[in-house]
Amino acid sequence: MRHGKYPFVVGFLAAPVTLYAVFVIAPYAQAFQISMTDWRGFSAPNYIGFENFRRLFHDHRFWQAIEHHGILLLALPLITIAIALFFAFLLNVGGRSRGGQRRGVWGSNFYRVVFFFPQVLAVAIVAVLFQTVYRPNSSGLINGVLMKLGLDPVLFLVRPSLALWSIIAVLVWQAVGFYVVLFSAGMSAIPPDIYEAAEMDGATRVTLFFRVTLPLLWDTLQVAWVYLGIAAFDAFAIVSVLSVDNGGPDGATTVLALEIYRNAFVYSKYGYASAMGVALFFLTLTFAALTLRLSRRESVEY
Amino acid sequence: MSVTPDRPSDLTRRTLLGRTAAAGLLVTPAAGLLSACATSGSDDTGKKDGAEGTKSDQNPLGVKEDAALEVIIFNGGYGEKYATDVHEPLYKKEFPKAEIKHQSTQAISTVLQPRFAAGNPPEFVNNSGEKLMDFGALVKDGQLQDLTELWDAPSVDDPSKKVRDTVVPGTVEQGMYDTGDGAKPYVLYYVSTVYGLWYSGKLFQSNGWQPAKTWDEFMGLLDKIKGKGITPYGYAGANAAYYQWNVILTHAAKIGGADVLKNIDNLTPGAWTADPVLKAATAWAEVGAKYLDKSFEGLKHTDVQLQQDQYKVGFYPSGDWLENEQKQNTPPDFQYQLTTMPDLTSADAMPFGALRAAAGEGYFVSARSNNPRGGMEYMRQMLSTAGAKGFTETVKAATVVPAGSEGYAFPPGVASSQAALKAAGANVVNLMFDNWYKELDTECRTATNELMFGRVKAEQFCERMQKRADALTKDDSVAKFQR
Repeated sequence: MRHGKYPFVVGFLAAPVTLYAVFVIAPYAQAFQISMTDWRGFSAPNYIGFENFRRLFHDHRFWQAIEHHGILLLALPLITIAIALFFAFLLNVGGRSRGGQRRGVWGSNFYRVVFFFPQVLAVAIVAVLFQTVYRPNSSGLINGVLMKLGLDPVLFLVRPSLALWSIIAVLVWQAVGFYVVLFSAGMSAIPPDIYEAAEMDGATRVTLFFRVTLPLLWDTLQVAWVYLGIAAFDAFAIVSVLSVDNGGPDGATTVLALEIYRNAFVYSKYGYASAMGVALFFLTLTFAALTLRLSRRESVEY
Repeated sequence: MSVTPDRPSDLTRRTLLGRTAAAGLLVTPAAGLLSACATSGSDDTGKKDGAEGTKSDQNPLGVKEDAALEVIIFNGGYGEKYATDVHEPLYKKEFPKAEIKHQSTQAISTVLQPRFAAGNPPEFVNNSGEKLMDFGALVKDGQLQDLTELWDAPSVDDPSKKVRDTVVPGTVEQGMYDTGDGAKPYVLYYVSTVYGLWYSGKLFQSNGWQPAKTWDEFMGLLDKIKGKGITPYGYAGANAAYYQWNVILTHAAKIGGADVLKNIDNLTPGAWTADPVLKAATAWAEVGAKYLDKSFEGLKHTDVQLQQDQYKVGFYPSGDWLENEQKQNTPPDFQYQLTTMPDLTSADAMPFGALRAAAGEGYFVSARSNNPRGGMEYMRQMLSTAGAKGFTETVKAATVVPAGSEGYAFPPGVASSQAALKAAGANVVNLMFDNWYKELDTECRTATNELMFGRVKAEQFCERMQKRADALTKDDSVAKFQR
């Protein structure tokens, strides 16, 4: 039915495209514009060209934040995917095979729910929760136990070398549940006869995992990697609530979003903050392009 | 993976997921950029002609008697009751025909920034709290009413006295900003705040301890407190490191005189590397190394303050809001007491008892509002004896109007800080840089943690701060102030 196709399509698209233009495209465009000014939030901004970007280039905190995003980009997806894959494998195909059907380990339905719990908690609650877990004195969850055992408390968020990893641990803890569910869905879509055939050929569980599950899950993994990359470029809420001295000690846990927030809402330097936002925009764009390109690989159809 | 599906059926669940993820990735930075809302509407730099009535003895500021007045109060430690129950009725009594619109919020900038940007600001604003608007930026943009007329107006209680003569010396100066054409008062700081080291009168009495007068005595006392199994000294590194830089800088002023702080405020070259600052930093770094609990760097101010209320911390640096803030957790016989910086050597520029006191809690009138004269009159009412007394009785804190707290029985902590303020006489210092340059405050908090928890030496602390101050001096986008 060609007749009236375009009015029909336009009718559907008008509202979402308008919303997208007004609430996404326009603020973006304006951020580019503001990043070229010295706007401080009140009167009309002055155009100062690329001055903000020049300053950004010499800003120690900015580079520190970039470095942390680098670490997050590697660590967060790697650790999360590894743990989630392991759990998902155990929950779905890790148990004994019964009647030719591979099953998860005993109690897997229960674990599936438990793993998903962190996902339903608001990020702020997770951060407040971990404040108590990490608290450096005897009222902390971990240190309370350590000190009862007569050990020295571990200063999780205070030691500069440990602080970022403590934060990464929280991000991983929070993310794993979702990816367990995602990978479980992926695994359940893999036809059981493949496993059956492999098993008849004498494949161990390890071989099953690396030779069957992993290749057939490649597309899902790729999606997980991109999602976790997004998380690695954010991390604002956890760092903001959990870290000491807002991204401290001495910037050891700072991230770009926190620096943007600080410059915009604490220092009232909206122009400079927008310049950081523009930098973040290009960083994420580059990451997305790279990931989609690098992970391109023939997917197995079944 | 092909980029465009040839047929719709090629768009499998997985490619769809992949694309959604990619699209989501593009949207992420938008969160950071959303701050960039409209900058429009404020292009007119010309001032509006505010409503004006006839000046008279009853109405020295010439308020138009039926002009509406909008009052915005920060609903924080002092609440909003003092405005609705005391100050607003006072104004209403003078101008019964005026309509007062009251609003309170905990996020001042969130509520008001758009209104300033749109050229429609409220008359009277209590700019305070975590989300206060940057005073420097407001002044630079001509948003604040010059309060000279208010300070020169006759006071409500005694028409022969000017308002400026009824307040604690230094109050007017503290709200002054110099943007190049001479310093003018723009901000009313209303609440009197005294800073020092706080301890429990009961704990000290029962152990026979006396607050120390010299540095050696102080270190000896800290040793004794440590001997009792109590952490001798503490501050919270996670969010309240400025309580500690306040100690270091007040001590520096005691060692080298009030100009030490004035130089820091004025961004004078070498202000941070000056000898008194170095000496004070060295002395306090030693306290940090010997007497501070390492875990305090990861604690919030409420945690450490609670530990002090449980008699687990000896001295805690803060301002005299501390007692009111902690009243839920303090045992009834705890008895907050304040002491001041010990003499580092006998050559200190200021005698024992010198302290930092300042007027806190900023209020301003918007120059571009409809009724700035009404806003100033509202301030005049706040500064009357009745206004100040009502405030003190409501929130149990002293204002900058001494007549308002006369005869009021303060709880032991505020009573001791008021006594210390009286004893200090002219040896009162103050500093402004944290209000003027937020980024210098942030840097100083971080540097203070580095110093007190032993990651850097005093020299590095001073050099780091000097470097940041120098960078700020060169930053044209930040308006500079002098005092």
